[in-house]
Amino acid sequence: MREEERPSGAITPGGRSATGNPRMTLKGLISASERTSWLLLSPLVLILAFFLVLPILTIAVVSFWNYNEFTFYPDFVFDNYFYLLTSQVTLATYLKTLKFMVLTWIFCTAIGFTVAYFLAFHVRSLGAQIALFLLCTIPFWTSNIIRMISWIPFLGRNGLANSALISLGIIDEPLEWLLFSDFAVVLAFVHLYVLFMVVPVFNTMMRIDKSLIEAARDAGANGLQILTNVVIPLSKPGIMIGSIFIVTLVMGDFITVRFMSGGQSASVGRVISNEIALLQYPAAAASAVVLLATVLLMIAVMMRFVDIRKEL
Amino acid sequence: MRTKEPRPRSFYALAAFFALFVVFLYGPIITIAILSFQGPQGGLTFPMNGVSLHWFFDLFEKQAVGDIWGAFRRSLALGLMVMLVTVVLSVMGGLAFRRRFLGAGALFYLIIASLIIPSILISLGVGLIFNILDWEVHWTTSGFGAQLTWTLPFGLLIMFAVFNRFNKAYEEAARDLGATPWQTVRFVVLPIIGPSLIGVALFGFTLSYDEFARTLLTAGSYNTLPLEIFGMTTNVTSPVLYALGTMTTVFSFAIIAGFIALAVVLRRRRAKQGSDAGRGMV
Repeated sequence: MREEERPSGAITPGGRSATGNPRMTLKGLISASERTSWLLLSPLVLILAFFLVLPILTIAVVSFWNYNEFTFYPDFVFDNYFYLLTSQVTLATYLKTLKFMVLTWIFCTAIGFTVAYFLAFHVRSLGAQIALFLLCTIPFWTSNIIRMISWIPFLGRNGLANSALISLGIIDEPLEWLLFSDFAVVLAFVHLYVLFMVVPVFNTMMRIDKSLIEAARDAGANGLQILTNVVIPLSKPGIMIGSIFIVTLVMGDFITVRFMSGGQSASVGRVISNEIALLQYPAAAASAVVLLATVLLMIAVMMRFVDIRKEL
Repeated sequence: MRTKEPRPRSFYALAAFFALFVVFLYGPIITIAILSFQGPQGGLTFPMNGVSLHWFFDLFEKQAVGDIWGAFRRSLALGLMVMLVTVVLSVMGGLAFRRRFLGAGALFYLIIASLIIPSILISLGVGLIFNILDWEVHWTTSGFGAQLTWTLPFGLLIMFAVFNRFNKAYEEAARDLGATPWQTVRFVVLPIIGPSLIGVALFGFTLSYDEFARTLLTAGSYNTLPLEIFGMTTNVTSPVLYALGTMTTVFSFAIIAGFIALAVVLRRRRAKQGSDAGRGMV
């Protein structure tokens, strides 16, 4: 991430020699430049401490608390976890969520890779690349909820898809499973999150040295061989980063599943949001801890294949 | 400049795929934009039952849509607050991370964690803290902080990428000419990274303006616009929903276009004024 200090011998401001040896202050081991860094970072650290670390710790603590119909109170019980981990519903919900995740991941990776490949290797001018890349990115900056709603006129019983299929004579009666179904959930996920795959893969592909591809061609590789032996292996870090995004976004989602399935499909996030709606906070907290553990486990596995710092 | 090599056949297949992808991205939103002009008797799907502005007028009637204008004002204010804090803290963080310091690795992973932790956990956790401390959740406090955990990582990662490509020779030149550290940042570093800050601001504003999951349990009794719209999906079944969707999407597009235009202008100005090479020659 950081470059090596240039060995020039000049003393740079901040009480630090340019050879990389921080001059120690009397106060102890922290150099002046380190203190400047921490000073600059202090507001960020405070915000993350209070709105990220503390909430997670609170959830972990509350997951051992108890509750009745009216309130929740401090206690140290394992009931929340016991109910959660022994319930058949939990297993079914996790399997369903994993199914959504795997399907979304497959489509996002296939589509995202193809789009990024086209942009990086087939669009020749940088201006066109930037313009087309922005065209792909703009929907990401608009409302997810509106983008979900916008599928209604397309997928509904009298929607465009059904009308088109009927007028083409492919089906006689409108398909009922287009809207408010698992199909709609996966479609919406791909629609909402495919950008999270396009952007990192495109970023990685733009850094591939074009002379490697020429070398492969000179060595007699055909287009497909170049793709499988050069481009795909070198794009792996981007694919991994995109995958991490998609895994966490889909695993924690509750709103897309609720809206696009018409409230019929369950997901881990929906279970948590239902428990919150019923004010069963300790139960919701236990579900959240298990979800977090699952997500972190998956990410830990994926992180083994990529060094995020090198990809920036 | 470039020899016109003939396009390989795969180009046309991929170009067609890309075109379909763009249709997939924009098709649905264009559909609801058209349907929001439904006649007063029209429904949620085609065919169009006449053409009118009926549903747009409905947006201004409280009984039809609830307090959407209040929600819009709150989302706008919150978006600007989040944008400002995200830009300032991202620059400070970007500057700090250029040097090695104790705890840099841990803090970096905390920033990544902020990005990948499921949003509902932030919502639940912040809600719980405020509940236990008996504080009132409000969009300007709990909602504001919860959204920052989503926008700050984006801003910081952009700044890390920017500073990774930053040529330190400019700063060294400034220092050699006797600039103080603050002058170096103010007159050399900030103008160079300026256009990237537009990107950070764009992320900060739009991610906040559209944020749903992290605001759900942290906004309190006054809804932001996405929360209001989601509430409408359960009880409003007329094209007024599309009219609202069209309006806020047009607003988002206008904001994005504004930011991109600003970035282009800044880049042009910088290109024009950045160097005086060749000017002082006879």
